[in-house]
Amino acid sequence: MIEAHGLVKRYGATTAVNDLSFSIQPGLVTGFLGPNGAGKTTTMRMILGLDAPTQGSVTVGGRGYRDLPAPMREVGALLDAKALHGGRPARDHLLCLALSNGIPRRRVGEVLRLVGLEDVARRRAKGFSLGMSQRLGIACALLGDPAVLIFDEPINGLDPDGIHWVRTLLRTLAAEGRTVLVSSHLMSEMALTADHLLVIGKGRLIADASVDELVRSRSRQSVHVRSPQAAELAARARAAGATVTDAGPDPDVIEITGLDSAEVGKLAAAAGIVLFELIPVRASLEEAFMELTKESVEYQAAGAAR
Amino acid sequence: MTDATLTRTGPDDRVAFRAATFTDVLRSEWTKLRSVRSTVWTLTVAVVLGVGLGALISAAAAHGYAKSSVSSKLSWDPTAVSLDGIGIATLAIAVLGALFISSEYSSGMIRTSLTAVPKRGRLLAAKALILAAVTFVVGEVTSFTAFFVGQALISGHAPHAALGDPGVARAVVGAGLALTALAVLSVATGALLRHPAAGIACMVAILFVLPAIAQALPDSWRNPVTEYWPTQAGGQIANVRIAPHSLPPWPGFGVMCLFVAIVYAIAWALLDRRDA
Repeated sequence: MIEAHGLVKRYGATTAVNDLSFSIQPGLVTGFLGPNGAGKTTTMRMILGLDAPTQGSVTVGGRGYRDLPAPMREVGALLDAKALHGGRPARDHLLCLALSNGIPRRRVGEVLRLVGLEDVARRRAKGFSLGMSQRLGIACALLGDPAVLIFDEPINGLDPDGIHWVRTLLRTLAAEGRTVLVSSHLMSEMALTADHLLVIGKGRLIADASVDELVRSRSRQSVHVRSPQAAELAARARAAGATVTDAGPDPDVIEITGLDSAEVGKLAAAAGIVLFELIPVRASLEEAFMELTKESVEYQAAGAAR
Repeated sequence: MTDATLTRTGPDDRVAFRAATFTDVLRSEWTKLRSVRSTVWTLTVAVVLGVGLGALISAAAAHGYAKSSVSSKLSWDPTAVSLDGIGIATLAIAVLGALFISSEYSSGMIRTSLTAVPKRGRLLAAKALILAAVTFVVGEVTSFTAFFVGQALISGHAPHAALGDPGVARAVVGAGLALTALAVLSVATGALLRHPAAGIACMVAILFVLPAIAQALPDSWRNPVTEYWPTQAGGQIANVRIAPHSLPPWPGFGVMCLFVAIVYAIAWALLDRRDA
Protein backbone atom coordinates (compact mmCIF):
# COMPACT_ATOMS: atom_id res chain seq x y z
CA MET A 1 0.00 0.00 0.00
CA ILE A 2 1.24 3.47 -0.90
CA GLU A 3 -0.17 6.46 0.96
CA ALA A 4 0.40 10.12 0.25
CA HIS A 5 -0.76 12.96 2.45
CA GLY A 6 -0.80 16.52 1.12
CA LEU A 7 2.21 15.96 -1.09
CA VAL A 8 3.68 19.19 -2.51
CA LYS A 9 6.80 19.62 -4.62
CA ARG A 10 8.01 23.01 -5.78
CA TYR A 11 11.02 23.70 -7.95
CA GLY A 12 11.65 27.40 -7.55
CA ALA A 13 8.52 29.15 -8.77
CA THR A 14 7.04 26.07 -10.45
CA THR A 15 4.78 23.77 -8.49
CA ALA A 16 5.17 20.29 -9.95
CA VAL A 17 2.93 18.52 -7.45
CA ASN A 18 0.22 20.36 -5.58
CA ASP A 19 -1.42 18.93 -2.47
CA LEU A 20 -1.71 15.35 -3.64
CA SER A 21 -3.29 12.79 -1.32
CA PHE A 22 -4.07 9.21 -2.30
CA SER A 23 -3.97 5.66 -1.10
CA ILE A 24 -2.99 2.91 -3.51
CA GLN A 25 -4.42 -0.48 -2.64
CA PRO A 26 -2.88 -3.93 -2.98
CA GLY A 27 -4.36 -6.46 -5.39
CA LEU A 28 -5.17 -3.87 -8.04
CA VAL A 29 -3.38 -2.29 -10.95
CA THR A 30 -3.62 1.43 -10.31
CA GLY A 31 -3.12 3.57 -13.37
CA PHE A 32 -1.44 6.89 -12.74
CA LEU A 33 -2.67 9.02 -15.54
CA GLY A 34 -2.01 12.55 -16.66
CA PRO A 35 -0.74 14.57 -19.60
CA ASN A 36 3.01 15.07 -19.97
CA GLY A 37 4.32 17.39 -17.28
CA ALA A 38 1.41 16.66 -14.93
CA GLY A 39 3.74 15.58 -12.12
CA LYS A 40 3.54 11.78 -12.42
CA THR A 41 7.27 11.17 -12.44
CA THR A 42 7.89 13.73 -9.69
CA THR A 43 5.34 11.97 -7.51
CA MET A 44 6.98 8.60 -8.16
CA ARG A 45 10.38 10.07 -7.33
CA MET A 46 9.01 11.30 -4.02
CA ILE A 47 7.56 7.85 -3.26
CA LEU A 48 11.03 6.41 -3.86
CA GLY A 49 12.83 8.96 -1.69
CA LEU A 50 14.74 10.43 -4.62
CA ASP A 51 13.17 13.87 -4.24
CA ALA A 52 12.19 15.28 -0.89
CA PRO A 53 8.63 16.67 -0.77
CA THR A 54 8.39 20.40 -0.12
CA GLN A 55 5.42 19.57 2.11
CA GLY A 56 3.48 16.49 3.04
CA SER A 57 4.63 12.91 3.22
CA VAL A 58 4.37 9.61 1.42
CA THR A 59 4.79 6.14 2.87
CA VAL A 60 5.13 2.64 1.50
CA GLY A 61 3.67 -0.05 3.74
CA GLY A 62 3.48 2.54 6.51
CA ARG A 63 7.10 3.62 6.30
CA GLY A 64 9.05 6.34 4.55
CA TYR A 65 11.08 4.86 1.69
CA ARG A 66 14.41 5.82 3.22
CA ASP A 67 13.49 3.92 6.39
CA LEU A 68 12.90 0.60 4.62
CA PRO A 69 15.45 -1.95 5.86
CA ALA A 70 15.78 -3.68 2.48
CA PRO A 71 14.02 -1.41 -0.03
CA MET A 72 14.24 -3.66 -3.09
CA ARG A 73 12.56 -6.48 -1.15
CA GLU A 74 9.59 -4.26 -0.50
CA VAL A 75 9.38 -1.93 -3.48
CA GLY A 76 10.40 -2.58 -7.07
CA ALA A 77 10.64 0.40 -9.35
CA LEU A 78 11.25 1.21 -12.97
CA LEU A 79 11.58 4.94 -13.51
CA ASP A 80 13.84 5.37 -16.51
CA ALA A 81 14.91 2.31 -18.45
CA LYS A 82 17.98 4.07 -19.80
CA ALA A 83 19.19 5.06 -16.33
CA LEU A 84 22.07 2.61 -16.18
CA HIS A 85 25.78 2.49 -16.94
CA GLY A 86 25.93 1.53 -20.61
CA GLY A 87 29.32 -0.10 -20.27
CA ARG A 88 28.13 -2.69 -17.77
CA PRO A 89 26.79 -6.06 -18.94
CA ALA A 90 23.10 -6.61 -18.13
CA ARG A 91 23.83 -9.47 -15.74
CA ASP A 92 26.34 -7.40 -13.75
CA HIS A 93 23.90 -4.48 -13.62
CA LEU A 94 21.34 -6.76 -11.99
CA LEU A 95 23.97 -8.39 -9.82
CA CYS A 96 25.18 -5.16 -8.24
CA LEU A 97 21.61 -4.17 -7.45
CA ALA A 98 20.81 -7.61 -6.02
CA LEU A 99 23.94 -7.60 -3.84
CA SER A 100 23.13 -4.15 -2.43
CA ASN A 101 19.97 -5.55 -0.87
CA GLY A 102 21.27 -8.98 0.09
CA ILE A 103 19.22 -10.69 -2.62
CA PRO A 104 20.63 -14.11 -3.56
CA ARG A 105 22.64 -14.26 -6.81
CA ARG A 106 20.45 -16.97 -8.36
CA ARG A 107 17.58 -14.46 -8.46
CA VAL A 108 19.48 -12.57 -11.19
CA GLY A 109 19.16 -15.55 -13.53
CA GLU A 110 15.51 -15.98 -12.59
CA VAL A 111 14.49 -12.42 -13.46
CA LEU A 112 16.55 -12.47 -16.66
CA ARG A 113 14.61 -15.55 -17.73
CA LEU A 114 11.34 -13.99 -16.66
CA VAL A 115 11.81 -10.93 -18.89
CA GLY A 116 13.31 -12.95 -21.74
CA LEU A 117 16.80 -11.44 -21.68
CA GLU A 118 18.84 -14.50 -20.73
CA ASP A 119 20.41 -14.68 -24.20
CA VAL A 120 21.82 -11.15 -23.99
CA ALA A 121 22.73 -11.23 -20.29
CA ARG A 122 26.42 -10.79 -21.02
CA ARG A 123 25.98 -7.95 -23.47
CA ARG A 124 26.69 -4.38 -22.45
CA ALA A 125 23.52 -2.42 -21.86
CA LYS A 126 24.41 0.42 -24.21
CA GLY A 127 23.70 -1.85 -27.19
CA PHE A 128 20.15 -2.50 -25.98
CA SER A 129 17.10 -1.22 -27.80
CA LEU A 130 14.60 0.79 -25.77
CA GLY A 131 12.41 -2.30 -25.58
CA MET A 132 15.26 -4.43 -24.21
CA SER A 133 16.14 -1.69 -21.74
CA GLN A 134 12.52 -1.65 -20.54
CA ARG A 135 12.69 -5.39 -19.99
CA LEU A 136 15.95 -4.98 -18.07
CA GLY A 137 14.34 -2.24 -15.98
CA ILE A 138 11.39 -4.51 -15.23
CA ALA A 139 13.85 -7.26 -14.27
CA CYS A 140 15.44 -4.84 -11.75
CA ALA A 141 12.05 -4.05 -10.28
CA LEU A 142 11.26 -7.74 -9.83
CA LEU A 143 14.65 -8.68 -8.31
CA GLY A 144 13.54 -8.45 -4.70
CA ASP A 145 10.14 -10.11 -5.30
CA PRO A 146 8.54 -7.01 -3.75
CA ALA A 147 4.97 -6.46 -2.57
CA VAL A 148 4.84 -3.00 -4.13
CA LEU A 149 5.72 -2.24 -7.76
CA ILE A 150 6.05 1.15 -9.40
CA PHE A 151 6.45 1.49 -13.16
CA ASP A 152 6.84 4.79 -15.00
CA GLU A 153 5.59 4.39 -18.58
CA PRO A 154 6.70 0.76 -18.85
CA ILE A 155 5.36 0.18 -22.35
CA ASN A 156 7.35 2.98 -23.96
CA GLY A 157 9.39 1.57 -26.80
CA LEU A 158 7.90 -1.92 -26.66
CA ASP A 159 6.56 -3.73 -29.69
CA PRO A 160 2.95 -5.04 -29.64
CA ASP A 161 4.17 -8.39 -28.35
CA GLY A 162 6.05 -6.64 -25.55
CA ILE A 163 3.07 -4.45 -24.70
CA HIS A 164 0.88 -7.51 -24.36
CA TRP A 165 3.54 -9.11 -22.18
CA VAL A 166 3.73 -6.10 -19.84
CA ARG A 167 -0.07 -5.95 -19.55
CA THR A 168 -0.22 -9.59 -18.58
CA LEU A 169 2.66 -9.16 -16.17
CA LEU A 170 0.97 -6.22 -14.43
CA ARG A 171 -2.30 -8.15 -14.13
CA THR A 172 -0.46 -11.20 -12.78
CA LEU A 173 1.42 -9.15 -10.21
CA ALA A 174 -1.80 -7.54 -8.99
CA ALA A 175 -3.61 -10.89 -8.93
CA GLU A 176 -0.89 -12.16 -6.61
CA GLY A 177 -1.93 -9.47 -4.16
CA ARG A 178 0.77 -6.94 -4.91
CA THR A 179 0.30 -3.20 -5.08
CA VAL A 180 0.95 -2.09 -8.66
CA LEU A 181 1.23 1.56 -9.69
CA VAL A 182 1.72 2.25 -13.40
CA SER A 183 1.95 5.66 -14.95
CA SER A 184 0.92 6.46 -18.47
CA HIS A 185 -0.23 9.36 -20.54
CA LEU A 186 -2.34 7.02 -22.65
CA MET A 187 -5.86 6.51 -21.37
CA SER A 188 -6.52 3.78 -23.91
CA GLU A 189 -3.64 1.75 -22.51
CA MET A 190 -4.84 2.20 -18.95
CA ALA A 191 -8.38 1.22 -19.95
CA LEU A 192 -6.99 -2.19 -20.86
CA THR A 193 -4.67 -2.66 -17.91
CA ALA A 194 -5.82 -0.77 -14.86
CA ASP A 195 -8.56 -1.46 -12.33
CA HIS A 196 -8.32 1.87 -10.65
CA LEU A 197 -7.27 5.26 -11.93
CA LEU A 198 -5.54 8.20 -10.38
CA VAL A 199 -5.75 11.11 -12.77
CA ILE A 200 -3.64 14.20 -12.24
CA GLY A 201 -3.20 17.42 -14.15
CA LYS A 202 -0.83 20.27 -13.37
CA GLY A 203 0.15 18.49 -10.17
CA ARG A 204 -3.38 18.27 -8.80
CA LEU A 205 -5.55 15.24 -8.29
CA ILE A 206 -8.42 15.33 -10.79
CA ALA A 207 -9.93 11.92 -10.25
CA ASP A 208 -9.43 8.91 -8.00
CA ALA A 209 -11.91 6.27 -9.11
CA SER A 210 -12.29 2.86 -10.65
CA VAL A 211 -12.14 2.71 -14.43
CA ASP A 212 -15.90 2.00 -14.66
CA GLU A 213 -16.85 4.83 -12.36
CA LEU A 214 -14.74 7.22 -14.32
CA VAL A 215 -16.29 6.32 -17.63
CA ARG A 216 -19.79 6.54 -16.21
CA SER A 217 -19.38 9.82 -14.42
CA ARG A 218 -17.10 11.68 -16.72
CA SER A 219 -17.73 10.58 -20.25
CA ARG A 220 -20.05 12.99 -21.94
CA GLN A 221 -23.08 11.42 -23.63
CA SER A 222 -24.48 13.23 -26.60
CA VAL A 223 -26.80 12.72 -29.52
CA HIS A 224 -25.83 13.34 -33.09
CA VAL A 225 -28.77 14.68 -35.12
CA ARG A 226 -29.26 15.44 -38.78
CA SER A 227 -32.37 17.33 -39.68
CA PRO A 228 -33.47 19.90 -42.29
CA GLN A 229 -34.99 21.80 -39.35
CA ALA A 230 -31.85 21.63 -37.24
CA ALA A 231 -32.07 25.25 -36.12
CA GLU A 232 -35.59 24.80 -34.78
CA LEU A 233 -34.65 21.57 -32.99
CA ALA A 234 -31.64 23.29 -31.49
CA ALA A 235 -33.81 26.04 -30.06
CA ARG A 236 -36.23 23.50 -28.54
CA ALA A 237 -33.42 21.38 -27.13
CA ARG A 238 -31.86 24.44 -25.49
CA ALA A 239 -35.23 25.31 -24.05
CA ALA A 240 -35.31 21.79 -22.57
CA GLY A 241 -31.99 22.47 -20.83
CA ALA A 242 -29.60 20.73 -23.24
CA THR A 243 -26.40 22.07 -24.76
CA VAL A 244 -26.25 22.22 -28.53
CA THR A 245 -23.10 22.41 -30.61
CA ASP A 246 -22.48 22.45 -34.34
CA ALA A 247 -21.03 19.16 -35.47
CA GLY A 248 -19.11 20.30 -38.50
CA PRO A 249 -19.70 22.60 -41.46
CA ASP A 250 -23.08 21.15 -42.42
CA PRO A 251 -25.75 23.40 -40.79
CA ASP A 252 -28.19 20.46 -40.76
CA VAL A 253 -26.03 18.49 -38.35
CA ILE A 254 -25.98 19.30 -34.64
CA GLU A 255 -24.87 17.59 -31.47
CA ILE A 256 -27.09 17.70 -28.42
CA THR A 257 -25.69 17.04 -24.98
CA GLY A 258 -27.88 16.65 -21.90
CA LEU A 259 -30.73 14.69 -23.50
CA ASP A 260 -30.63 11.06 -24.56
CA SER A 261 -31.69 9.92 -28.03
CA ALA A 262 -35.22 8.92 -26.92
CA GLU A 263 -35.78 12.36 -25.41
CA VAL A 264 -34.52 14.08 -28.55
CA GLY A 265 -36.76 11.85 -30.69
CA LYS A 266 -39.84 12.70 -28.61
CA LEU A 267 -38.97 16.38 -28.66
CA ALA A 268 -38.75 16.31 -32.48
CA ALA A 269 -41.98 14.34 -32.89
CA ALA A 270 -43.86 16.73 -30.60
CA ALA A 271 -42.75 19.67 -32.73
CA GLY A 272 -43.24 17.88 -36.04
CA ILE A 273 -39.55 18.08 -36.88
CA VAL A 274 -38.23 15.66 -39.47
CA LEU A 275 -35.12 13.69 -38.45
CA PHE A 276 -32.78 12.06 -40.97
CA GLU A 277 -30.25 10.80 -38.42
CA LEU A 278 -30.47 10.24 -34.68
CA ILE A 279 -27.33 8.65 -33.25
CA PRO A 280 -26.42 8.34 -29.58
CA VAL A 281 -22.70 9.07 -29.15
CA ARG A 282 -20.88 7.71 -26.13
CA ALA A 283 -17.54 9.41 -25.53
CA SER A 284 -14.68 6.98 -25.25
CA LEU A 285 -12.48 6.75 -22.20
CA GLU A 286 -9.91 8.61 -24.23
CA GLU A 287 -12.31 11.52 -24.67
CA ALA A 288 -13.28 11.37 -21.02
CA PHE A 289 -9.63 11.78 -20.17
CA MET A 290 -9.18 14.67 -22.60
CA GLU A 291 -12.22 16.32 -21.11
CA LEU A 292 -10.88 15.74 -17.61
CA THR A 293 -7.44 17.13 -18.25
CA LYS A 294 -8.36 19.81 -20.77
CA GLU A 295 -7.63 22.58 -18.31
CA SER A 296 -4.35 21.15 -17.22
CA VAL A 297 -2.46 20.27 -20.37
CA GLU A 298 0.80 22.11 -20.07
CA TYR A 299 1.71 22.48 -23.72
CA GLN A 300 -1.08 22.67 -26.19
CA ALA A 301 -0.85 22.93 -29.95
CA ALA A 302 -2.67 26.09 -31.00
CA GLY A 303 -6.18 25.28 -32.13
CA ALA A 304 -5.60 21.56 -32.11
CA ALA A 305 -7.27 20.84 -28.83
CA ARG A 306 -10.75 22.06 -29.62
CA MET B 1 7.90 -14.37 -25.60
CA THR B 2 5.43 -16.24 -23.50
CA ASP B 3 2.99 -14.75 -21.08
CA ALA B 4 4.41 -13.73 -17.77
CA THR B 5 4.24 -16.25 -15.03
CA LEU B 6 5.92 -15.36 -11.80
CA THR B 7 7.64 -18.27 -10.22
CA ARG B 8 7.58 -16.66 -6.81
CA THR B 9 4.63 -16.54 -4.51
CA GLY B 10 2.44 -13.59 -3.66
CA PRO B 11 3.38 -11.09 -0.98
CA ASP B 12 1.44 -12.82 1.75
CA ASP B 13 3.62 -15.88 1.94
CA ARG B 14 6.92 -14.53 0.74
CA VAL B 15 10.01 -15.74 2.51
CA ALA B 16 11.21 -13.53 5.31
CA PHE B 17 14.11 -11.33 4.27
CA ARG B 18 16.87 -9.68 6.24
CA ALA B 19 17.72 -6.00 6.33
CA ALA B 20 20.38 -4.80 3.89
CA THR B 21 23.74 -4.14 5.53
CA PHE B 22 26.75 -1.96 4.77
CA THR B 23 28.61 -5.12 3.71
CA ASP B 24 25.92 -5.72 1.07
CA VAL B 25 26.52 -2.23 -0.29
CA LEU B 26 30.29 -2.84 -0.31
CA ARG B 27 29.78 -6.02 -2.35
CA SER B 28 27.53 -4.12 -4.72
CA GLU B 29 30.04 -1.29 -5.23
CA TRP B 30 32.85 -3.78 -5.77
CA THR B 31 30.77 -5.43 -8.49
CA LYS B 32 30.09 -2.03 -10.06
CA LEU B 33 33.78 -1.15 -10.06
CA ARG B 34 35.01 -4.40 -11.56
CA SER B 35 32.27 -4.72 -14.19
CA VAL B 36 33.18 -1.69 -16.32
CA ARG B 37 36.13 -1.43 -18.65
CA SER B 38 37.17 2.06 -17.58
CA THR B 39 38.36 0.66 -14.24
CA VAL B 40 40.82 -1.73 -15.82
CA TRP B 41 41.99 0.97 -18.22
CA THR B 42 42.63 3.67 -15.66
CA LEU B 43 44.34 1.31 -13.25
CA THR B 44 46.58 -0.01 -16.02
CA VAL B 45 47.48 3.56 -16.96
CA ALA B 46 48.25 4.31 -13.29
CA VAL B 47 50.63 1.34 -13.01
CA VAL B 48 52.29 1.99 -16.37
CA LEU B 49 52.80 5.69 -15.61
CA GLY B 50 53.96 5.05 -12.06
CA VAL B 51 56.48 2.36 -12.94
CA GLY B 52 57.40 3.43 -16.48
CA LEU B 53 57.83 7.16 -15.85
CA GLY B 54 59.58 6.35 -12.56
CA ALA B 55 62.07 4.21 -14.48
CA LEU B 56 62.66 6.93 -17.08
CA ILE B 57 63.13 9.63 -14.47
CA SER B 58 65.43 7.39 -12.39
CA ALA B 59 67.59 6.54 -15.38
CA ALA B 60 67.85 10.17 -16.48
CA ALA B 61 68.60 11.46 -12.98
CA ALA B 62 71.20 8.76 -12.34
CA HIS B 63 73.05 9.60 -15.54
CA GLY B 64 73.01 13.32 -14.75
CA TYR B 65 74.14 12.80 -11.17
CA ALA B 66 77.91 12.91 -11.86
CA LYS B 67 77.63 16.30 -13.57
CA SER B 68 75.15 17.82 -11.10
CA SER B 69 75.98 20.63 -8.66
CA VAL B 70 77.12 20.08 -5.09
CA SER B 71 73.85 21.35 -3.71
CA SER B 72 71.79 18.96 -5.80
CA LYS B 73 74.11 16.14 -4.76
CA LEU B 74 73.46 17.10 -1.13
CA SER B 75 69.70 16.95 -1.66
CA TRP B 76 69.85 13.73 -3.72
CA ASP B 77 66.93 11.52 -2.70
CA PRO B 78 67.02 8.31 -4.76
CA THR B 79 63.80 7.03 -3.16
CA ALA B 80 61.85 10.13 -4.13
CA VAL B 81 63.34 10.05 -7.65
CA SER B 82 62.19 6.46 -8.22
CA LEU B 83 58.69 7.33 -6.96
CA ASP B 84 58.38 10.47 -9.09
CA GLY B 85 56.27 8.74 -11.75
CA ILE B 86 53.52 8.20 -9.19
CA GLY B 87 52.96 11.96 -9.10
CA ILE B 88 51.67 11.64 -12.67
CA ALA B 89 49.89 8.34 -12.01
CA THR B 90 47.71 10.22 -9.52
CA LEU B 91 45.94 11.69 -12.52
CA ALA B 92 44.67 8.26 -13.58
CA ILE B 93 43.43 7.55 -10.05
CA ALA B 94 41.76 10.98 -9.90
CA VAL B 95 39.94 10.23 -13.16
CA LEU B 96 38.84 6.80 -11.92
CA GLY B 97 37.60 8.20 -8.62
CA ALA B 98 35.74 11.12 -10.17
CA LEU B 99 34.15 8.83 -12.80
CA PHE B 100 33.16 6.18 -10.27
CA ILE B 101 30.36 8.38 -8.95
CA SER B 102 29.90 11.16 -11.52
CA SER B 103 29.31 8.68 -14.35
CA GLU B 104 26.30 7.47 -12.35
CA TYR B 105 24.95 10.99 -12.57
CA SER B 106 25.60 11.36 -16.29
CA SER B 107 23.99 8.01 -17.10
CA GLY B 108 21.11 8.31 -14.64
CA MET B 109 22.30 5.17 -12.82
CA ILE B 110 22.45 7.21 -9.60
CA ARG B 111 18.65 7.14 -9.36
CA THR B 112 18.66 3.36 -9.63
CA SER B 113 21.48 3.18 -7.08
CA LEU B 114 19.75 5.49 -4.61
CA THR B 115 16.51 3.57 -4.99
CA ALA B 116 18.40 0.39 -4.09
CA VAL B 117 20.34 2.12 -1.30
CA PRO B 118 18.27 5.06 -0.04
CA LYS B 119 20.58 5.52 2.95
CA ARG B 120 22.81 7.74 0.87
CA GLY B 121 25.67 8.02 3.33
CA ARG B 122 26.14 4.26 2.98
CA LEU B 123 26.38 4.49 -0.78
CA LEU B 124 29.05 7.21 -0.67
CA ALA B 125 30.99 5.45 2.11
CA ALA B 126 30.91 2.14 0.23
CA LYS B 127 32.13 3.80 -2.96
CA ALA B 128 34.94 5.62 -1.15
CA LEU B 129 35.98 2.53 0.81
CA ILE B 130 36.00 0.18 -2.19
CA LEU B 131 37.96 2.62 -4.33
CA ALA B 132 40.37 3.30 -1.45
CA ALA B 133 40.98 -0.45 -0.99
CA VAL B 134 41.57 -1.03 -4.70
CA THR B 135 43.80 2.04 -4.98
CA PHE B 136 45.77 1.02 -1.89
CA VAL B 137 46.57 -2.40 -3.35
CA VAL B 138 47.36 -1.07 -6.83
CA GLY B 139 49.23 1.91 -5.33
CA GLU B 140 51.46 -0.24 -3.14
CA VAL B 141 52.22 -2.65 -5.96
CA THR B 142 53.08 0.32 -8.19
CA SER B 143 55.23 2.09 -5.63
CA PHE B 144 57.21 -1.00 -4.59
CA THR B 145 57.76 -1.95 -8.24
CA ALA B 146 58.75 1.61 -9.14
CA PHE B 147 61.13 1.72 -6.18
CA PHE B 148 62.94 -1.52 -7.03
CA VAL B 149 63.09 -0.79 -10.76
CA GLY B 150 64.29 2.76 -10.05
CA GLN B 151 67.00 1.70 -7.61
CA ALA B 152 68.25 -0.96 -10.03
CA LEU B 153 68.61 1.74 -12.70
CA ILE B 154 70.24 4.22 -10.32
CA SER B 155 72.78 1.85 -8.76
CA GLY B 156 76.18 2.06 -10.38
CA HIS B 157 75.57 5.67 -11.50
CA ALA B 158 74.59 7.38 -8.25
CA PRO B 159 74.01 6.54 -4.59
CA HIS B 160 70.91 4.40 -4.34
CA ALA B 161 68.57 3.55 -1.50
CA ALA B 162 67.57 0.28 0.14
CA LEU B 163 64.29 -0.49 1.90
CA GLY B 164 66.14 -0.84 5.20
CA ASP B 165 67.59 2.71 5.07
CA PRO B 166 66.00 5.19 7.46
CA GLY B 167 62.75 6.60 6.16
CA VAL B 168 62.82 4.63 2.90
CA ALA B 169 60.20 1.98 3.72
CA ARG B 170 57.91 4.74 5.05
CA ALA B 171 58.33 6.70 1.81
CA VAL B 172 57.59 3.70 -0.43
CA VAL B 173 54.52 2.66 1.58
CA GLY B 174 53.58 6.35 1.85
CA ALA B 175 53.43 6.84 -1.92
CA GLY B 176 50.64 4.25 -2.02
CA LEU B 177 48.93 5.87 0.96
CA ALA B 178 48.98 9.30 -0.69
CA LEU B 179 47.40 7.75 -3.76
CA THR B 180 44.70 6.19 -1.55
CA ALA B 181 43.87 9.52 0.09
CA LEU B 182 43.64 11.06 -3.35
CA ALA B 183 41.22 8.33 -4.49
CA VAL B 184 38.86 9.22 -1.64
CA LEU B 185 39.22 12.93 -2.46
CA SER B 186 38.27 12.32 -6.09
CA VAL B 187 35.18 10.26 -5.14
CA ALA B 188 34.07 13.08 -2.84
CA THR B 189 34.74 15.69 -5.53
CA GLY B 190 32.81 13.63 -8.10
CA ALA B 191 29.86 13.35 -5.69
CA LEU B 192 29.99 17.07 -5.03
CA LEU B 193 30.09 18.16 -8.68
CA ARG B 194 27.92 15.34 -10.14
CA HIS B 195 29.38 15.79 -13.60
CA PRO B 196 32.27 13.75 -15.07
CA ALA B 197 34.00 16.58 -16.90
CA ALA B 198 33.64 18.97 -13.96
CA GLY B 199 34.91 16.35 -11.51
CA ILE B 200 37.98 15.53 -13.57
CA ALA B 201 38.73 19.20 -14.30
CA CYS B 202 38.48 20.04 -10.62
CA MET B 203 40.89 17.23 -9.71
CA VAL B 204 43.39 18.39 -12.34
CA ALA B 205 43.14 21.90 -10.91
CA ILE B 206 43.77 20.67 -7.38
CA LEU B 207 46.64 18.42 -8.44
CA PHE B 208 48.47 20.42 -11.09
CA VAL B 209 47.07 23.81 -12.01
CA LEU B 210 46.86 25.50 -8.61
CA PRO B 211 50.32 24.31 -7.48
CA ALA B 212 51.73 25.58 -10.80
CA ILE B 213 50.10 28.96 -10.27
CA ALA B 214 51.58 29.03 -6.77
CA GLN B 215 55.04 28.73 -8.33
CA ALA B 216 54.51 32.08 -10.01
CA LEU B 217 53.74 33.84 -6.73
CA PRO B 218 56.32 35.83 -4.73
CA ASP B 219 58.25 33.76 -2.16
CA SER B 220 56.35 35.10 0.83
CA TRP B 221 53.15 33.70 -0.68
CA ARG B 222 54.52 30.71 -2.44
CA ASN B 223 56.23 29.12 0.53
CA PRO B 224 53.18 28.76 2.79
CA VAL B 225 51.05 27.71 -0.19
CA THR B 226 53.39 24.93 -1.25
CA GLU B 227 53.84 23.94 2.38
CA TYR B 228 50.16 23.53 3.16
CA TRP B 229 48.52 22.84 -0.21
CA PRO B 230 46.91 19.45 0.57
CA THR B 231 48.24 17.42 -2.33
CA GLN B 232 51.75 18.92 -1.97
CA ALA B 233 51.72 18.37 1.79
CA GLY B 234 50.41 14.83 1.33
CA GLY B 235 53.16 14.07 -1.17
CA GLN B 236 55.83 14.66 1.49
CA ILE B 237 55.19 11.19 2.81
CA ALA B 238 56.90 9.78 -0.29
CA ASN B 239 60.12 11.78 0.32
CA VAL B 240 62.99 10.63 2.48
CA ARG B 241 64.55 14.08 2.73
CA ILE B 242 62.51 17.00 3.95
CA ALA B 243 62.80 19.81 1.44
CA PRO B 244 62.81 23.44 2.66
CA HIS B 245 59.34 24.99 3.04
CA SER B 246 57.60 21.70 3.29
CA LEU B 247 55.97 19.82 6.13
CA PRO B 248 57.49 16.66 7.64
CA PRO B 249 56.06 13.42 6.15
CA TRP B 250 53.35 12.48 8.65
CA PRO B 251 52.09 16.00 9.47
CA GLY B 252 52.03 16.66 5.72
CA PHE B 253 49.97 13.52 5.14
CA GLY B 254 47.77 14.61 8.04
CA VAL B 255 47.02 17.91 6.28
CA MET B 256 46.01 15.98 3.16
CA CYS B 257 43.77 13.63 5.17
CA LEU B 258 42.13 16.56 6.94
CA PHE B 259 41.38 18.19 3.60
CA VAL B 260 39.96 14.93 2.25
CA ALA B 261 37.79 14.58 5.35
CA ILE B 262 36.39 18.10 4.94
CA VAL B 263 35.55 17.65 1.25
CA TYR B 264 34.05 14.22 2.01
CA ALA B 265 31.87 15.67 4.79
CA ILE B 266 30.55 18.39 2.46
CA ALA B 267 29.88 15.81 -0.28
CA TRP B 268 28.04 13.58 2.19
CA ALA B 269 25.89 16.41 3.55
CA LEU B 270 24.93 17.57 0.05
CA LEU B 271 24.26 14.07 -1.27
CA ASP B 272 21.90 13.52 1.62
CA ARG B 273 20.06 16.78 1.07
CA ARG B 274 19.86 17.22 -2.68
CA ASP B 275 17.24 15.71 -4.95
CA ALA B 276 18.77 13.01 -7.11
